[in-house]
Amino acid sequence: MGFGALYLLAASGAIVLLYQRASAGALAHASSGSDRFLGIYLAVMAALAWLTVLSGTYIVYPWYRAAAPPGTLNLSAFPRSLLLSSPATRQWHSIGVEWKEHVAWLVPIAITMAAFVAIRYVRDLRNHPQLRYALHGFVIASLFAAGVAGFFGAMLDKYAPVDGGQTIHLVRGQRQ
Amino acid sequence: MSTQAAATPVNPPAIPNGSGAAAILSAGIGAFALALLSIAADKSASLKALLSIYKPTGTLSGVTTGAILVWLAVWAVLDWRWRNHAVSLLRINIAALVLLGLSLLLTFPPVADLL
Repeated sequence: MGFGALYLLAASGAIVLLYQRASAGALAHASSGSDRFLGIYLAVMAALAWLTVLSGTYIVYPWYRAAAPPGTLNLSAFPRSLLLSSPATRQWHSIGVEWKEHVAWLVPIAITMAAFVAIRYVRDLRNHPQLRYALHGFVIASLFAAGVAGFFGAMLDKYAPVDGGQTIHLVRGQRQ
Repeated sequence: MSTQAAATPVNPPAIPNGSGAAAILSAGIGAFALALLSIAADKSASLKALLSIYKPTGTLSGVTTGAILVWLAVWAVLDWRWRNHAVSLLRINIAALVLLGLSLLLTFPPVADLL
């Protein structure tokens, strides 16, 4: 959770950084230190993204999906079983968690590519506008994917149904 | 964003764009592989069992490991072939971003369930 939150903050910073560099004349006057900073910044973001998905997949997720022993009445220690036990909360798993667990893995792929391009081309990146476009696109997509994963993670961990809090319907009008 | 500043290179590139193109296209392919594997594992019981390489995490472990291996393998091959070449980046960018967009869409369970 902490790594993901840091990633979201860093991603919005990266978009501002890339936007500033793309504004009129900024590239021509950018220092080599500024070029190197972009590569380091994106590399730190990539490290955060990998830490997020690896810890989420191999530390948090096994706890989330642990099966409750037969006959368990209090499911509060078994979040997946708790969510699936009620039609009102089932979609938090079938939509929220199912999307979160996969979409989050798009983030390290996208941002590792962006970091590689920024580091490989450093000062020459200014001479490759198409590389910059791709870099912008992938960083924005990674922010969206991280936002989806972060939203569902925050809602599931901190707010709604896992702790028996307010029930929020993700999709209404479907027959259960 | 200024289109003039973004579209006009300051100087002729010193490094060919092939290495960057390889990274971009392989990232799109890797993302798409993740979406395809997650759907395939959802539809096929045998593939689901095959992809459960770490039991506590279940299918997710195999889906993500498989996608990462596909991504890295494609990246290595493309980089080896394109490293010293200039390639048409416009088409590669479009392909990569379409694949990434499809991946975002296909990982959304209600869309994946339609397939």
